[in-house]
Amino acid sequence: MLSHLPILQVILPLVAAPSCMMIRRANLVWFFAMLVSTAALVVSVLLLQQVLDTGPISYRLGGWEAPWGIEYRIDLLNAWVLLVITGLGTAVLTAARVSVQREMDDLRQTVFYSLYLLCFAGLLGIVATGDVFNVFVFLEISSLATYALIALGRDRRSLWAAFQYLIMGTIGATFILIGIGFLYMMTGTLNMADLAQRLPEINSSNTVLAAFAFIVVGVCLKLALFPLHMWLPNAYAFAPSIVTAFLAATATKVALYLLVRFIVTVFGVDFSLTSLPLQSLFIGLGLMGVFVASVVAIYQVDIKRMLAYSSVAQVGYMVVGIGISSVVALQATLLHLFNHALMKGGLFLALAGLVYRLGSSRIDAFNGLGRTMPWTMGAIVVGGISLIGMPLTVGFVSKWYLITAAIESDMWFVALLVVLGSLIAAIYIWRLVEAGYFREAPVARAATVGEAPLSLLVPTWILIGANIYFGIDTRLPVEVTGAAAQYLLGGIQ
Amino acid sequence: MLVTSLYNYWVVIGLMMIGLYMVVAQGNLIKKIIGLNIFQTSVFIFYISVGKVDGGAAPILSEGEAVYSNPLPHVLILTAIVVGIATTSLALALIIRIKRAYGSVEEREIQAEEAQC
Amino acid sequence: MDLLLDVALLSLLLVTAVAIAWTRDLFSAAMLAGIYGLLSASFFVTMGAVDVAFTEAAVGAGISPLLILATLALCGRRQKPDRSRALLALGLVCTVGALLVAATLDMPAFGDPDAPAQTHVAPRYLQESMAEIGIPNVVTSVLASYRAYDTFGEVVVIFTAGLGVLSLLLGLADTRRSAPSLQAVPRQHLVFRVIAKILIPPILVYALYVQFHGEYGPGGGFQAGVIFAVGFILYALVFGLDAVRRVAGHGLVQFLAALGVLVYGTVGVLGMATGRNFLDYSALGSDPVTGQHIGIIVIELGVGITVAAVMMLVFYLFSEQLQERGDGGGQLTSGRAG
Repeated sequence: MLSHLPILQVILPLVAAPSCMMIRRANLVWFFAMLVSTAALVVSVLLLQQVLDTGPISYRLGGWEAPWGIEYRIDLLNAWVLLVITGLGTAVLTAARVSVQREMDDLRQTVFYSLYLLCFAGLLGIVATGDVFNVFVFLEISSLATYALIALGRDRRSLWAAFQYLIMGTIGATFILIGIGFLYMMTGTLNMADLAQRLPEINSSNTVLAAFAFIVVGVCLKLALFPLHMWLPNAYAFAPSIVTAFLAATATKVALYLLVRFIVTVFGVDFSLTSLPLQSLFIGLGLMGVFVASVVAIYQVDIKRMLAYSSVAQVGYMVVGIGISSVVALQATLLHLFNHALMKGGLFLALAGLVYRLGSSRIDAFNGLGRTMPWTMGAIVVGGISLIGMPLTVGFVSKWYLITAAIESDMWFVALLVVLGSLIAAIYIWRLVEAGYFREAPVARAATVGEAPLSLLVPTWILIGANIYFGIDTRLPVEVTGAAAQYLLGGIQ
Repeated sequence: MLVTSLYNYWVVIGLMMIGLYMVVAQGNLIKKIIGLNIFQTSVFIFYISVGKVDGGAAPILSEGEAVYSNPLPHVLILTAIVVGIATTSLALALIIRIKRAYGSVEEREIQAEEAQC
Repeated sequence: MDLLLDVALLSLLLVTAVAIAWTRDLFSAAMLAGIYGLLSASFFVTMGAVDVAFTEAAVGAGISPLLILATLALCGRRQKPDRSRALLALGLVCTVGALLVAATLDMPAFGDPDAPAQTHVAPRYLQESMAEIGIPNVVTSVLASYRAYDTFGEVVVIFTAGLGVLSLLLGLADTRRSAPSLQAVPRQHLVFRVIAKILIPPILVYALYVQFHGEYGPGGGFQAGVIFAVGFILYALVFGLDAVRRVAGHGLVQFLAALGVLVYGTVGVLGMATGRNFLDYSALGSDPVTGQHIGIIVIELGVGITVAAVMMLVFYLFSEQLQERGDGGGQLTSGRAG
């Protein structure tokens, strides 16, 4: 069975999704989905262990060898991302039940869990595969499921947000498809490893350059890299709370993975970052994303929207890491991928609890919440501190590595701006603290509003606790990401 | 020689540009989706053109044929067509809901409504 | 001659696309989109891509215009002028176009048998598939065996779209009075009823033929599923939605949509159970080639079931929306009944 781990990772949730439609009893479906996603988590732990022990694993689907058949190829990079996604996906699913129960009828709940698993499996499939066309197929599975999940929000604006995302997402996916077509035309292969071997010979061709441009733009649309982020704030703000938590913790992370995979593995760093001015472009766009999105976040009245803009800013940090392109910088990016998933997963779950009790995520609903919902507010404060990047939280670790990398590459200016960006984050987090602890609760709010239900609170605090735990005991993430970055950039530096 | 050898690709580019233009510029949501379809179909035409071999027959093996078109792009595009119709049906369902919720399928009118709240 | 046909079809495609972009009448845009689908299907035939042509004809000229028309019936057919973003769009389109034109300059010539695409991975499919899989349609071999996992993904995409439409449109139609409105064509229109009754059985038989003949000629699960669904849709258009839903209700259709995916997945897992990898069929039969045969037939069946079921599900959900408008008919049938 151990040799089948790579495929089990993806087909467990993939086959479970249609099974949900056969069970059809909401509570049972939730329990079943929980079992499956826990199993997927176990698989990803075993996979990471296996990769650490024996190096990259290849799995031939259908038994056909690589460039002819489709190959799953797990190395340290995707084993790490798989672990992040299954971990966060499972934590969010644990919290989903009460919130989903309140918002949907019985059949819709079944459909919801089915779509959730499909999205989950789609994301895992993108990460696990070693075939570029297979990436496209699984990208579409996860995207279609995401559009439908966003549209399940109760506000009518969720529909408009889902539609806009559908348009942007489909354009992005079609760009990726065009890029893949160009690559196939020039090399005759779709396998990533094979492409990596054959591309250096024809590097200077316009067609390859165009393929690169289309793929990078397509992936950046999905990643919501500034200025291609326009779809994200509304989608996050109006989706059901659980969906927001899930997407914020996983979807952009997968897009980031894809960017790293294409830039580093498929095209190779030599081509990607030297033959084009991409290095400065990534650093520039990343930093602009950090500042513009952070400043916009300060002015938001709706907290889900505020944190959504904050996500755009955080994507900026990760892309800066790719731009600097040293081993330490890439490590910082991979660390931040994990850390940001922990922060935003925890924060959005805490918000889900708030919305569950208050029915609103506007900032005035926060007034005086420090007393009525101490645990939920506490989670938001700790998560916020981690987002700012204070010591003893995970946020500090990745910022530290990023700043170190910038200084090592003599980019003092970049290091300075990263610190400045964190200060802006402090401003919008402070607004939450101020409302929660220093303002009086509105009289209208009945005393009936109490702490969020335990089934939401526990997963929230598990994620928030992980923010602190991995902020102190940094061994696991630092070692794995360090090895992954070293492995990816190999000879360089 | 050059003109005929790249003619297919240039037409494909023309179709792509028309489709993309419709998606971005047209305010009507249904028209946007039709544009998206044109955009995607042009990519299909590109892939199939890549698989064409001069004098090649359809890739169904039979006696007396030596040259066949490349089957791989055909397979990829079969998948992509299915993905395309899946996206279209979801988008149209969304449009129906948007019409109910906003009373319009014109982008400008929807955005005007959004701005009010 | 080939070249002439090629140039003519491509030019027609361009003209149609421009016409679609130009017209403000969405009804004609939808019709033109159908023509566009048919033209691209014809183009695929000239390129030797018969399977793709078959699918594109079913999707581009069949399903997609049908769904667009249903949406139009609900949302109105006039488009309002809106030039606010023409400039932005033009800029974007020109940038993309320039990039694409630059890319074409280094491309291998069209039809070149020595292009990398033709010489690296593809030759094996053409040369070895007869020995390894044993069926003449190479597209089916690649689709259902070499790259069967992509096809699994494709079935899941269809299933996902079905679920998405279900979650969007389900239950909305039942909120008001349930006037049966994708009504039967009135009794006096005998011609429709007779023709439909004559046509439907051959359509269903043809679907089965396409389903099981995909190994030898163009066709396969997807096309068969679409044709099968079309048979039912035609019945619904003539005899009313309720008549069809009595035969295949919502629950059954949803069940079948899930079942098809599970059938496909089960074949894959059987590969693992027989000591091979996921979707490796070679141990399913007495020898590898027989195993491949069995595997391909079963997974194509899974594809067919899911596709037919999802198509019907989507059709139900869309026409229930029409039904809810209450004013009888909806424009899908009223045009004909009037």
